[in-house]
Amino acid sequence: MDLLIIFISAAIVNNFVLIYFLGICPFLGVSNKLEKAFSMGLATTFVMVLAAIVTWLINNYILMPFNLPFLQYVSFIIVIASLVQFVEMFIRKTSPALYRSLGIFLPLITTNCAILGLALLSALREYNFIQSVVFGLAAGLGFTLALCVMAGIREELDLAPVPEHFKGAPITLIIAGLLALAFMGFAGLISG
Amino acid sequence: MAKIKVKHTLFFEFVKGLWDESPVFRQLLGMCPTLAVTTSAINGFSMGMATSFVLICSSVIISIVRKLIPSQVRIASYIVVIATFVTMADLFLKGNFPEISKALGPFVPLIVVNCIILGRAEVFASRHSVIPAFVDALGMGIGFILALTVLGTIREILGSGTIFGFLQFEPMVIMILPGGAFITLGLLIAFINYLKDKTKREEVAPACPVPYGSGASEVK
Repeated sequence: MDLLIIFISAAIVNNFVLIYFLGICPFLGVSNKLEKAFSMGLATTFVMVLAAIVTWLINNYILMPFNLPFLQYVSFIIVIASLVQFVEMFIRKTSPALYRSLGIFLPLITTNCAILGLALLSALREYNFIQSVVFGLAAGLGFTLALCVMAGIREELDLAPVPEHFKGAPITLIIAGLLALAFMGFAGLISG
Repeated sequence: MAKIKVKHTLFFEFVKGLWDESPVFRQLLGMCPTLAVTTSAINGFSMGMATSFVLICSSVIISIVRKLIPSQVRIASYIVVIATFVTMADLFLKGNFPEISKALGPFVPLIVVNCIILGRAEVFASRHSVIPAFVDALGMGIGFILALTVLGTIREILGSGTIFGFLQFEPMVIMILPGGAFITLGLLIAFINYLKDKTKREEVAPACPVPYGSGASEVK
């Protein structure tokens, strides 16, 4: 039950992109084609789950026992950067087909603040191991959901007569605002 | 003569961050903190100050050691430098301004992955000597502070009915909720596009720079 609440809360109610504003860059940058958005979402979800596992282990078995919480930011970001690099190399060797569809998105993920945000939030909330993994998975799926919804709308938007000065980023931001309002409708699902 | 030229270029490096290449409004960098913490003018200003501190310090350090870093590991090295200064800024805020630190929450540590800082390190500081790197970072930092304060002020006036805590009238709560952030920024960028149109309009790509040479063009 506890896990279900964490899952729904991270995926829908407190959607990482639309409510927490984490991962806005890929949300604006890669959301013009549905297919691309889906691949990017899956790649991010994958890295998020891995990052949740690894940063939890580091936080609880290295930083906490040795009383080094001030090294949290430095160690988390290095681990995430090397993890992304490692995943990229691993996928390239094992599955060239998957690499072709995901590969180019992987380097982008290092600078995705959603990953570091995830690690920091689960450390802050003192989740246990299973909770962290569920949190990572849910956040990733929520990210994918937001990205795909946005991409779907933007594909339709190509045909719409957008005012000259609103083309590109401004109209995307305004749509994101409306989406965020829509997602607030879920707020009653879970309190807190 | 040479001196005047140097001064002119330095001045140019400084001013470009304020308007022509304003990190938020023109380059669309650092959007996450821009949207998340600008619920009030003071929050936006503090976030801008913290980010500028990290930006200036890390630009200077990276510019000093730029010849010592092998290009294969440069991103990792930049991130270590940046993360160190972010830790300093975070501890300083926690110690001296606990309320602001609480309001900004996880967005202080998230300065580490702010694309503005990594972007300036990659594009400018790693290719210029200390003084231009400092001036460039200062200009970009002030541009970021300006953008965040403007956005924070607008949202505070409309959403809470106050300016830096003063003034009182019936607020539109929507403006301090997440949706209001996106809409306000969208309208502001459209307005700035309109102002720009009178001179010259360039297309700005809505994406963070990929700090890895490759990939950027493919992703578009």
